[in-house]
Amino acid sequence: VRIGRRIEIEFSGEPDLDRAREIADKLLANPVIEDFSVRLATETVDAEGAHP
Amino acid sequence: MTARVGVVTFPGSLDDGDAARAVRLAGAEAVRLWHDDPALHDVDAVVLPGGFSYGDYLRCGAIARFAPVMQTIIAAAEVGLPVLGICNGFQVLCEAHLLPGALTRNEHLHFRNRDQWLRVESAGTAWTNTFQPGQEVLVPVKNGEGRYVADQRTLDELDATGRIVARYVRGNPNGSQRDIAAITNEAGNVVGIMPHPEHAVEELTGPSVDGLGFFTSILKHLAGAPA
Repeated sequence: VRIGRRIEIEFSGEPDLDRAREIADKLLANPVIEDFSVRLATETVDAEGAHP
Repeated sequence: MTARVGVVTFPGSLDDGDAARAVRLAGAEAVRLWHDDPALHDVDAVVLPGGFSYGDYLRCGAIARFAPVMQTIIAAAEVGLPVLGICNGFQVLCEAHLLPGALTRNEHLHFRNRDQWLRVESAGTAWTNTFQPGQEVLVPVKNGEGRYVADQRTLDELDATGRIVARYVRGNPNGSQRDIAAITNEAGNVVGIMPHPEHAVEELTGPSVDGLGFFTSILKHLAGAPA
């Protein structure tokens, strides 16, 4: 069984994966007990239209 | 001069009142510290109390570690300020990397609260010097995420260097590795403990008064330490 959580980070400009990795490493995950991976969503989410 | 022992209140702390009371009963002046105020107000030592800081929604202690007061405490602890983290405070110390390892959900997945026997393994820390090594004490334990875990190398190192401060005896309430209830850092000034010594300081409310020893220890430590 694998339990995890998915957290979406939205960038206002160009996505900064190094920054996202730092946020994940220092806050969102505890590397002592958790693994994490960071990936860029290929589709851009329309913030206004996502939840009609 | 009376020693000043700070007790931090985070949003969601709930044992800060009892911790301050234990400090006073031990004979020190309790100084309430606020999460949003980075000043330590000339305290000689700090207690991080139990509770559910910031709701513990992300991970226990994960947000508290970034509180303004913690930035000062982390810097001061690295150069010798005595810090005792109880329960949630222990979790905060692990998240802040002042102590190794982490605290995870109890092995049986249930919240556990009961009176618990501990064996004090190390009387060499700032917070345990009034105990005898091997002394057994009775204090309440109450946690949902109190299972101490670390990699084998870290556990071996803690064992070999006498940094396991207390172990659960007569039953392990949460599945902690090697029955670990409390650990310390290399210098012995930072101690994290999962059970609650601050709830065992008066006959009226506690199962014993054994917990008081942790708070009288810091007074003894401060009295002996150069100013």
